Amino acid sequence: MKKFTHFDGVVAPLDRANVDTDLIIPKQFLKSIKRTGFGVNLFDELRYLDEGQPGQDCSNRPLNPDFVLNQPRYKGAEVLLARRNFGCGSSREHAPWALEDFGFRVVIAPSFADIFYNNAFKNGILLITLSEEDVDQLFAGVEASEGYRLEIDLENQRVITPDGKALAFEVDAFRKHCLLNGLDDIGITLQDEDAIRAFEQKHKQARPWLFRQPA
Amino acid sequence: MSGQTLYDKLWNQHLVKQRDDGTALIYIDRQLLHEVTSPQAFEGLRLAKRKPWRLDANLATPDHNVPTTLKERAEGNIGIKDPVSLIQVQTLDDNCVEYGIEEFKINDPRQGIVHVVGPEQGATLPGMTVVCGDSHTATHGAFGALAHGIGTSEVEHVLATQCLLAQKMKNMQVRVEGKLGLGVTAKDVVLAIIGEIGTAGGTGYAIEFAGSAIASLSMEGRMTVCNMAIEAGARVGLIAVDDTTIEYLAKRPFAPTAEQWEAAVADWRALVSDHDAAFDKVVTLKAEEIEPQVSWGTSPDMVTGISGQVPDPKAARDETVQRSHTRALEYMGLQANQKITDIKLDKVFIGSCTNSRIEDLREAAKVARGNKVADSIKLAMVVPGSGLVKRQAEAEGLDKIFIEAGFEWREPGCSMCLAMNADKLGAGEHCASTSNRNFEGRQGYGGRTHLVSPAMAAAAAIAGHFVDVRSLPANDATHAQEA
Repeated sequence: MKKFTHFDGVVAPLDRANVDTDLIIPKQFLKSIKRTGFGVNLFDELRYLDEGQPGQDCSNRPLNPDFVLNQPRYKGAEVLLARRNFGCGSSREHAPWALEDFGFRVVIAPSFADIFYNNAFKNGILLITLSEEDVDQLFAGVEASEGYRLEIDLENQRVITPDGKALAFEVDAFRKHCLLNGLDDIGITLQDEDAIRAFEQKHKQARPWLFRQPA
Repeated sequence: MSGQTLYDKLWNQHLVKQRDDGTALIYIDRQLLHEVTSPQAFEGLRLAKRKPWRLDANLATPDHNVPTTLKERAEGNIGIKDPVSLIQVQTLDDNCVEYGIEEFKINDPRQGIVHVVGPEQGATLPGMTVVCGDSHTATHGAFGALAHGIGTSEVEHVLATQCLLAQKMKNMQVRVEGKLGLGVTAKDVVLAIIGEIGTAGGTGYAIEFAGSAIASLSMEGRMTVCNMAIEAGARVGLIAVDDTTIEYLAKRPFAPTAEQWEAAVADWRALVSDHDAAFDKVVTLKAEEIEPQVSWGTSPDMVTGISGQVPDPKAARDETVQRSHTRALEYMGLQANQKITDIKLDKVFIGSCTNSRIEDLREAAKVARGNKVADSIKLAMVVPGSGLVKRQAEAEGLDKIFIEAGFEWREPGCSMCLAMNADKLGAGEHCASTSNRNFEGRQGYGGRTHLVSPAMAAAAAIAGHFVDVRSLPANDATHAQEA
């Protein structure tokens, strides 16, 4: 996982609540056995005017000019601004893979779905939960000025607006630590290998049927 | 000090280590694997030169991509026409062989949708932690198991460490009290709950479903309810263990036997919330007020009773909801205030991890028996949840009832619930579907999904539009749930 460092980036607004993972990456693209290459199909049904197929060259597909990510002013956006319950629906990690592959490093919304929340952090994407009021103001800011950027200071848990206003956000210490250091959490868990083995022994003695296989 | 909830007990029984930073290591008893969310996890293991921690905790079966026509299935993997899908199913087979993980392959009679297969085999037991790279893993909570969907990185983490990094959720109890009306099923109950609390109402919570109406449900009905906990935002849905749970599990292949069975049952009896357990949130619904449900929009909480109508976005509680409703009506091609019974259907899908078990098929067959699918319906299909469900249905003659009525009788898999195989909606088509999600494009590009119970789907197939199963002649759906 890439280290997450202090950065500032262009913000793209997706003014829609309950953006589900089917919308982020439609199912036909889940057939890939790789972790990469999903960016061209991010928001496929919103972004293109035709139905996409896996493995297709997307460079000649008709673009939906109304979709924000197709508008030149949001080119190179690294921060996605969204509405409540972002990432609801399925557990597909292809959703954060697609966001990351497209170039997004941060999503800001009033709330996120639980499984998506976990999946995003495991792929180096920082999800920032701000109040509905703060999100409304950011939408207004993006709308008002082209090239609107936000500075993201994970270390101090602040989003800094172009006019210098700092919006504080919460993130749990473990996820923050992993993001800042680009850590693989399997490696961290395996440092507790002895504790896991000891638990497993005790668990098996107490409830042997949990370890049973059919004859 | 107040007592523990069922969720608290399951959490405590699996807590390996609580870290200072608020995260915990939780031991995982069972991992179910399928072809879509596992290849990158195995690849990750391979790249890091790691081995699975405990092979026998894993059970695999292909389900999302598999074709459902007999002709294609007869050829095994080779019958999968889509080369990309074929590679994915083949990759699951290869990984299971390489690592020595038990897999029910494409034409094994035990193959099926993971959330049908696990319980059917007794591979899901009360008191277990169960994970799978699929959000509908909440299904297994019907057994008093702590079960939830995880992402692919977590699948890899569980393979490598037998643990999950987790944070304790909050406790919510959803009580459904009273007696369900005839023709009102588990599916209607859970849709009504989602309509009540919303698609984010359960975010951050483990929901325990309780109350007399929940206790009266069969295991299959309970699985339908827990299955859709995620559609209310909750990763975990739970139901306390009782006689119904224990009777269902007896003699299942993976269930304990003899003395171990007795010890297990004694242990499972404690898997209920203490009478003085404290919940962070409690929601109560009256069973008598729930009628057969139909979703009209593009989110599972956009749902109403069969006697209702499509809402007017202008009446929405805030601007965000108003915009969502307006957008949903546009996508669905519906008018504000249109009667639900006036919605005409093009296709009907009976299947999915929500509603593809034997009782679901019996319920639908009771409505279909002696009737014909309306001429205006382009396709009505029944897709059993597993090879064993299919076999049981055929032993009962349900396949013949469906075929005579004009339904297609298919091979087991996820099928048109998410349309990763060839079973899908065309743009603009309305589908009465027993599945779990009505998101835009979910069942096919531009497709319009209406979530309903199996009996309601069968009745819609025959009428060509939605009808109230309670208005059908006796012996039909109104008695289905008593079967």
